[in-house]
Amino acid sequence: MSAETTADQEEGQTRRDFLYLTAAAMGAVGAGSVAWPLINQMNPAADTLALSTTEVDLTPVEVGQSITVMWRGKPVFIRRRTPEEIKEAEAVNVADLRDKQSDSERVQKAEWLITIGVCTHLGCVPLGQKTGDSKGEFGGWFCPCHGSHYDTSGRIRKGPAPKNLAVPPYSFTSDTTIKIG
Amino acid sequence: MASGNRQKFDNPVIEWVDSRLPVFTLLQKEYGVFPTPRNFNYFWNFGAIAMVMLVTMIVTGITLAMHYNTSTAGAFDSVERIMRDVNGGWLIRYLHMNGASFFFIAVFIHIFRGMYYGSYKQPRELLWILGVVILLLMMATAFMGYVLPWGQMSFWGATVITNLFSAIPLVGDSIVTLLWGGFSVDNPTLNRFFALHYLLPFVIVGVVFLHVWALHVTGSNNPLGIDVKGPQDTLPFHPFYTMKDTFGILVFLIVYVAFAFFAPNYLGHPDNYIPANPMVTPAHIVPEWYFLPFYAILRAITFDIGIPFTDIVIIPAKLGGVIAMFGSIAMLFILPFLDKHPVRSATFRPWFRAALLVLVVVFVILGICGAKPPEGLWVPLAQICTLYYFAFFLVLIPFFNKKEPVADLPPSIHQAVLDQCKACAKA
Repeated sequence: MSAETTADQEEGQTRRDFLYLTAAAMGAVGAGSVAWPLINQMNPAADTLALSTTEVDLTPVEVGQSITVMWRGKPVFIRRRTPEEIKEAEAVNVADLRDKQSDSERVQKAEWLITIGVCTHLGCVPLGQKTGDSKGEFGGWFCPCHGSHYDTSGRIRKGPAPKNLAVPPYSFTSDTTIKIG
Repeated sequence: MASGNRQKFDNPVIEWVDSRLPVFTLLQKEYGVFPTPRNFNYFWNFGAIAMVMLVTMIVTGITLAMHYNTSTAGAFDSVERIMRDVNGGWLIRYLHMNGASFFFIAVFIHIFRGMYYGSYKQPRELLWILGVVILLLMMATAFMGYVLPWGQMSFWGATVITNLFSAIPLVGDSIVTLLWGGFSVDNPTLNRFFALHYLLPFVIVGVVFLHVWALHVTGSNNPLGIDVKGPQDTLPFHPFYTMKDTFGILVFLIVYVAFAFFAPNYLGHPDNYIPANPMVTPAHIVPEWYFLPFYAILRAITFDIGIPFTDIVIIPAKLGGVIAMFGSIAMLFILPFLDKHPVRSATFRPWFRAALLVLVVVFVILGICGAKPPEGLWVPLAQICTLYYFAFFLVLIPFFNKKEPVADLPPSIHQAVLDQCKACAKA
């Protein structure tokens, strides 16, 4: 055996390794591209996405009143806040909050507070929309599942929830109608 | 399964089949003459009982699926129709509903048996791990099954449990949307849960097959936890253990059907007879009883874990709870590698035995905490119990590895059985 054939064999060896690796890599890419549609089918379908805006007429809502509307299968809380509630929400020291947000970051018009009515802990619907409901220690909402208290800006003040009630994307299409989504 | 030294069967039909596909030889070997330790107690019934429950659930489940309507508009009504109009529908549904509970009862006792007698130890580690895989699959199946009647507890249980995944950093919310197929638990969610609820039991059957296969490689453990040394230590599986298992199965089934007939809703929750309403959360959401201890562990983590004296949070409370809950199952997975003590059976390990029995009590207390609202004393109680649960695996077992004395074990199963008989005769 000459030195040359050994070198050839070694070269053949590395070439074969390279072919194995590229073949395996292509196989993995192929398997992945076949798997993706089978996973992606679980994501929201076109008709589910199509249902994702809601228009709401605000004229019948009096000061101090709350209404609940459905958006994407979830309740959305719309509260026309009283001047006292607004004052209370604005007076809070933002640095003391768990999820630091000032009231002005959470509303477009101070009178209208619009939040998704789903507790950020584990997804229950907090109480506080109806007149007889407990509104919690901070005058906003109270989640009965695991005891989270929200203030008049929908911010988490006490209990296990990590975040403030989410504010959905919305815009005022006129002075008295909003489009959520 | 070498057909070379196959024994001939007298019956010509059986012989014709067996010479072409030796299924009868296999049955004879694995369930006929299979050498089984002669000192089993009744704890060894629960594997067979669990198997019977699995078959019961599949049979009642398939028949229920023939009448079930998989849509948010029709699911609740179709279940009520099964209860009122379908011939014998009430019986099939109550058997399925209570069957889930009794399947878990059998499996919990089966797991306790494995822990008490050290069945997870070398050489049965993989056998044990396959068993924990079955437990996880059962939990997923049971959870999705509970969603199908589309009552209030179905809906809100599904909402709370799927929201657990939102605790995962970065990708959590995308995963939840992927699970839901929308922006809340809704029709797409119900459809996929039904598809998976139908599929997973057959996956369980597959893993059960591997579990039994692994068992038949190592052979069964026994109450003394010592190895089988020869034929004098064993009995053929048939008729000795086919009879003992049948007896145990019948006693278990009596209790099961007593619940199905006389207290069918005792283990359920009345709120699930209210149709699902996404706008109203029930005052008190509780999972089915068999999830309560794990639910209590989830809720026991009420504090953020972060760097002290700063606002930096590394693990928020919600993620911490989820990690603790999955961690409690992970402990079972790694148990064979944590416990290095050379003695298997707790009969000869007084320290381990005491700690394990305390663990059982703690597990029951966690179950009670899980059923109560997370207020007042229930929170610290659940936290102490959670602490013990993890300390048992991560502190006590490693401590016993080093310090617990190794007892003198009986020379053989045969000898121990004989000595016991002599002691009885004297008394």
